[in-house]
Amino acid sequence: MTDTALTPSAFEAHHDDAHAHDTHEMSFFARWFMSTNHKDIGTLYLIFAIVAGIIGGGISGLMRAELAQPGIQYLGYWASFLPGGEQGLDHSLHLWNVLITAHGIIMVFFMVMPAMIGGFGNWFVPIMIGAPDMAFPRMNNISFWLLIPAFTLLLASPFFGGAGNGWTLYAPLSTYGEPGPSTDMAILALHLAGASSILGAINFITTIFNMRAPGMTLHKMPLFVWSVLVTAFLLLLSLPVLAAAITMLLTDRNFGTTFFDPAGGGDPILYQHLFWFFGHPEVYIMILPGFGIVSQVISTFSKKPVFGYLGMAYAMVAIGVVGFVVWAHHMFTTGLSVNTKMYFTAATMVIAVPTGIKIFSWIATMWGGSLTFKTPMLWAIGFIFMFTVGGVTGVVLANGGIDDYMQDSYYVVAHFHYVLSLGAVFSLFSGFYYWFPKMTGKMYNEFLGQLHYWVFFAGVNLLFFPMHFLGLQNMQRRVPDYTDGLAHWNWVASIGYAVMAVGMGVFFVNLIWSLLAGKKAGDNPWGEGATTLEWTLSSPPPYHQFETLPKID
Amino acid sequence: MIGIKSIVLAAGLAMLSVGAAQAAPAAPATKAVAAAPAATVSQDPMLAVDGAPAMAIDPKVGQPVDGLITIQPQVTPNGQQALWFHNTLLMPVITGICILVLVLLGWVALRYRRAANPVASKTSHNTILEVLWTGIPVLILLGLALPSIGLLQAQYKPAPKNAVTLKAIGNQWYWTYQYPDHGGFEITSNMLKEAGEIGKGERARTAIDGPRLLATDNRVVLPVGVPIRLITTANDVIHSWAIPAFWIKLDAVPGRLNETSFTINKPGVYFGVCSELCGARHGYMPITVEAVSPAVFAQWIKAKGGTMPGAAPAPAAAPATATASIATPGAPAPTAAVVTAGQ
Repeated sequence: MTDTALTPSAFEAHHDDAHAHDTHEMSFFARWFMSTNHKDIGTLYLIFAIVAGIIGGGISGLMRAELAQPGIQYLGYWASFLPGGEQGLDHSLHLWNVLITAHGIIMVFFMVMPAMIGGFGNWFVPIMIGAPDMAFPRMNNISFWLLIPAFTLLLASPFFGGAGNGWTLYAPLSTYGEPGPSTDMAILALHLAGASSILGAINFITTIFNMRAPGMTLHKMPLFVWSVLVTAFLLLLSLPVLAAAITMLLTDRNFGTTFFDPAGGGDPILYQHLFWFFGHPEVYIMILPGFGIVSQVISTFSKKPVFGYLGMAYAMVAIGVVGFVVWAHHMFTTGLSVNTKMYFTAATMVIAVPTGIKIFSWIATMWGGSLTFKTPMLWAIGFIFMFTVGGVTGVVLANGGIDDYMQDSYYVVAHFHYVLSLGAVFSLFSGFYYWFPKMTGKMYNEFLGQLHYWVFFAGVNLLFFPMHFLGLQNMQRRVPDYTDGLAHWNWVASIGYAVMAVGMGVFFVNLIWSLLAGKKAGDNPWGEGATTLEWTLSSPPPYHQFETLPKID
Repeated sequence: MIGIKSIVLAAGLAMLSVGAAQAAPAAPATKAVAAAPAATVSQDPMLAVDGAPAMAIDPKVGQPVDGLITIQPQVTPNGQQALWFHNTLLMPVITGICILVLVLLGWVALRYRRAANPVASKTSHNTILEVLWTGIPVLILLGLALPSIGLLQAQYKPAPKNAVTLKAIGNQWYWTYQYPDHGGFEITSNMLKEAGEIGKGERARTAIDGPRLLATDNRVVLPVGVPIRLITTANDVIHSWAIPAFWIKLDAVPGRLNETSFTINKPGVYFGVCSELCGARHGYMPITVEAVSPAVFAQWIKAKGGTMPGAAPAPAAAPATATASIATPGAPAPTAAVVTAGQ
């Protein structure tokens, strides 16, 4: 940004080498390890999320292998690779709890959030509002690099005994229930990841409020920017509560406090209130940017503006606001009073209204459009349906009286994987294929992209739909073994995992092939439907864009 | 048929009175049943002569059935109300919504594909439509919220005075049970291991005990047709006491007493699992309830050395034993003290 006078306007930035000297002057180390460029940091986040996704997804593969049949088949063998070797049944069973904990924390904090907010948010929020970069480029860098020690701590923890508390880290299992440094490492990992996200949230809010191009009013911002803005507020308001809760866990564990220990006047349920005050907004943190991505993709491939733009934007705001006052629906069986349970039942149901507005508005966006079914569009349409399925089981679970049956059963596992593994992940793939040409300058392979979609779609549905049945037949969460009457659907689910894994294989083949040999992508490969500012730039965009700010009318 | 069988077997135990106190309940955790045959004549109406449970299990009720996709059959009025709400209201509504969205998506994908509709319209607003798809879901949700609130009210109806109190205490990784209204004796319920996994003196699970991972050595015995007041707590970490056939799941939290109530209306054996992650053997602390007629229940209470509230001259002493709840964490081995207060 030093040579403003020399650069052409953003709209004629087709000369790929116009800014190339910026990057050429930089050493590899300076560019990728000391980066202050939002696109490079976004790329780092995406690479990080893919690595974390491979690890977290691999762990779920271990879990599905163990669950494929009743009885304990592999846990003892796996446990023998950890320090101390195989030490009997309890050691093996503990490894199971370590696996579920790692899977949950990795997928939430190190895959979905970095990909959605750090990756696509960093890459496209500044471009979509016509800004040259994020407001605080150096803070942006530290946001990313905090994730590395966080992830390292988490990945190292199994070698010090392993944290087997579940991703929710409920006290007292996470306090006096589990000695050893592993749980402390997991807690510190969450601290670091939380600090990273808070810094990122501050950065996004400042950028979006202060760095919009002339004419880019709030009500003209693309919905993806709206979604990141709402998400940033959720992060900013909820993460400090998590930080407080897990800090109290740390002091309970190490310094003799008794915040959550009834023997000292503390209360284990207090931890759950604090955790879910963060935890429920967290689930919207994971899905709202996905809403934004899907809105952009649906609009682009329908060649129509988003239907009911204001309704869509404020539905997200409403989801964010209401999302803060429904947390105790995660705690329906903890002994809440009847009035509390009635309130949280009603409040939770309210969320279905803005969510319904979004679903119907996406369909109305397609209505009357001229649809092309490129890979990103397939993922977006798949998202709409799968998120609906996950959403309606949420309505079932919202009923406090019904939840007494479903709580902590596989029905809940099915529900949140439908909204995350089929919701958030579908939107991530949609965004990835949508923006891949823009980010890399190369087209992905359309056939492989569509093959990835259909195989993955079949796999995850085969994997997660039977979990509803398992829950209704009362299989509880977080167990490596189950009674023989649950064998059938577990077997089906494990086959579903294998199908899904094949789909992911297609994705990685496509990724590598496209990066190496993909066709060169034009500035706007999607045609007239793609109206946001990133498509006015070259592919990939210049190292610094919008040195002359675009004007929006 | 279950009922008949249990009554027949109950008849075979006529002698209930003396010496019951030193029978099975006093034995420590896993060896409870193994110790029972020593008394040669089983005092416990729930046990056959060989010490195995007497009541046969209906394999379609109270436990998962392979391949099924539905909620387990319900044997409590609240459970039946909840099941009705789920099957008659919630399921049709959510299925209908999914089908509606699927049909709409299919329709737009077909009708508005580029080949069929090369020029896109520019419509981006329709106030009536937007009001409708906000208002109609609100009405649907109201229609669901009302029965939902009604269900909660039914579930939170306090147990009446004559209710049988069962106190379930979660431990890593077994349940102990107290009957504070019946002399406050305590039984310990451990999962029965498979043949080949058992230690010395332990009894392996047999088909008559119930399914693998669900069968326990000592079942909780409760009367049918009588309101049950369930109180849960825990000695170490949080557990959760759940029997799906009763539509009951209540967390057992250290330092707290949680309470709910239910009435079982069908004799039988009902299985559940600990439903809150509680450490390594979370999947290995099942819950087994045997529901019997009040007469058999009274016999069982006597066999365990307890007293029926009406029969005993001094039933008021029970609360004193109930307060022994919050034991010290880290001292799990229960000494199944047969407290016969006032005798």
